[in-house]
Amino acid sequence: MIKYIVGRLLWIIPVLFVVTILTFILMHSVPGGPWAREKALPPQTVARLNEKFGLNDPIYVQYIRWAGNLLQGNLGPSFKFADRTVNEIVSDGIGTTMQLGLMAFTLAVVLGIPLGIFAALGHNRWPDYLSTAISIIGVAVPSFVLALLLVLFFGVNLKWFPTGGWKGPETWVLPTIALAGFPIAVIARYTRASMLEVTRKDYIRTAQSKGLADQAVVSRHMIRNALIPVVTILGPTLAYLVTGSFIIETVFGIPGIGRYYVTSISQKDYGVLMAMTILYAFAVAFLNLVVDVLYAYIDPRIRYS
Amino acid sequence: MATVEAVRPVIQTTAARGLWSDAFARLRKNRLAMVGLVLVIILLLLAIFGPIFAPYPYQAQDLKAVVANGNRPVHPGDAHHILGTDQIGRDLLSRLMDGARISMSVAIVVQVVVLLIGVPIGALAGWFGGRIDNFLMRFTDVMYAFPDLLFIILLSVAFRETPFGRAMDGLLVVFVAIGLTIWVTVARLVRGQLLALKETEFVEAARAIGVSDRKIVTKHLLPNGIGPVIVAVTLGIPAAILAESTLAYIGIGVKAPRASWGSLIADGQRLIRSDPHLVLFPGIFIAVALISFTFLGDGLRDALDPKLKGKQ
Repeated sequence: MIKYIVGRLLWIIPVLFVVTILTFILMHSVPGGPWAREKALPPQTVARLNEKFGLNDPIYVQYIRWAGNLLQGNLGPSFKFADRTVNEIVSDGIGTTMQLGLMAFTLAVVLGIPLGIFAALGHNRWPDYLSTAISIIGVAVPSFVLALLLVLFFGVNLKWFPTGGWKGPETWVLPTIALAGFPIAVIARYTRASMLEVTRKDYIRTAQSKGLADQAVVSRHMIRNALIPVVTILGPTLAYLVTGSFIIETVFGIPGIGRYYVTSISQKDYGVLMAMTILYAFAVAFLNLVVDVLYAYIDPRIRYS
Repeated sequence: MATVEAVRPVIQTTAARGLWSDAFARLRKNRLAMVGLVLVIILLLLAIFGPIFAPYPYQAQDLKAVVANGNRPVHPGDAHHILGTDQIGRDLLSRLMDGARISMSVAIVVQVVVLLIGVPIGALAGWFGGRIDNFLMRFTDVMYAFPDLLFIILLSVAFRETPFGRAMDGLLVVFVAIGLTIWVTVARLVRGQLLALKETEFVEAARAIGVSDRKIVTKHLLPNGIGPVIVAVTLGIPAAILAESTLAYIGIGVKAPRASWGSLIADGQRLIRSDPHLVLFPGIFIAVALISFTFLGDGLRDALDPKLKGKQ
């Protein structure tokens, strides 16, 4: 098992290498540089800036310089925010982004799993229809639309929650729900299907026929076994939360790192863009590993080699 | 003679309920899937014939109506603009109908890209195995780690000023980019299908009697393995529509004055307090499109592979 984990961890390195190289090449093939302004800068200034930040060097030299700095924990300068390094931008925002993602993940699991169990236990009766309706809404309404609707109803009309910002728990509610909407639906659907599958298993019939109370069958045999496959979708769910966060951060004006994701591309802020890329790629790869290991831990039948 | 006579009807009944007719019968019994199918057909008709029946051209401005309304967007229920207008008097229904055209082209173009790349590569990896297979699997690992939206945004920004970037009002590059991020799923699926089918007895039997590789692929592997691919493609459509509208919402892709449902929402959100219809109606259209393809895809999956019911 340890060997497997180490192997997977080492495999993340070449993946990140390829992802960052691809991004680096694509990024530098975008026409226009980071100094493009509405009022064009004098050419001498641009030349001096290019010289200062080494943008005249061949692209592989720039990549090696960037990678070398990265290994020393230095993400380089921001081309847009002259007074801040990328390290500062990331360390200022990453806590907020992780908090938002973690809260949305918790909400998705805490609501999605019971919703799926509830639906399966009331199969083809009202709990099933209610749960299905909720998951259809979750799948059908994109996060940015859900965010705007929440703002409209609970922010503007009912005035229960603020419509934006990130100052204390009451501002956390709407963004968390908006981000969690889709994962709730996916987890609920998956849990329901898994529960229905388990219901038909022989060991459930055995448990019932030896006279075990319904409640014990459900809690001890059905739910425990049904939740094992659910773990496999937690990986994609986490990846969704990671990339979904930047839309939500933009809608609500949350000071995380996600909102830099889009702006750094249009502003060609090379430093910030590369930092976002490697952070997101690492998060996705690492979280998938965690989920796979968790899967083996929960289900003793699974052995990685 | 008598025995042949007696056996024939039995053979006929089994032939009549082959894989496809069986699946179609199951699909027809699935109420949600049929609702999805009807909605998909309506959306397709709207996309093809919408511009002919649209009350106005999508870019036409009825400034008089806006001025008469005190320089505010016309609200739904108006005699001339059923779903209202935006701030500069463009008819919302007409723009939504043009948006249907965009969303349906996403649905089709993206899946064509996915099929063109994913099926051949997956088939090669699955059929030949070995080094090609290894390379494909490593490559898909990289693609999975690549943040999708980052890749799409980078590509569309990189090609923005080229003929390719301007094709189809700036949409083609987005479609291709979305396709490039999701073909790996289909490639892996096809590979898995082939690996499993290659070991089956009927393929072994075909090989033993000297059937050519090409015939085995076209006669045995494709018909048997195509079900899950159809399901994956159908369920990939809502994902592509969602990706396009999300990108349009953050300002990537379709160029003004054309507007996809996502960019209509981006334009409308400034006025959400006073004129929520500008966000609500495009939102409803997106939701209907996503629901209809999801229902249809779920129905197809249950119909083609009853064992998988409700999974994935």
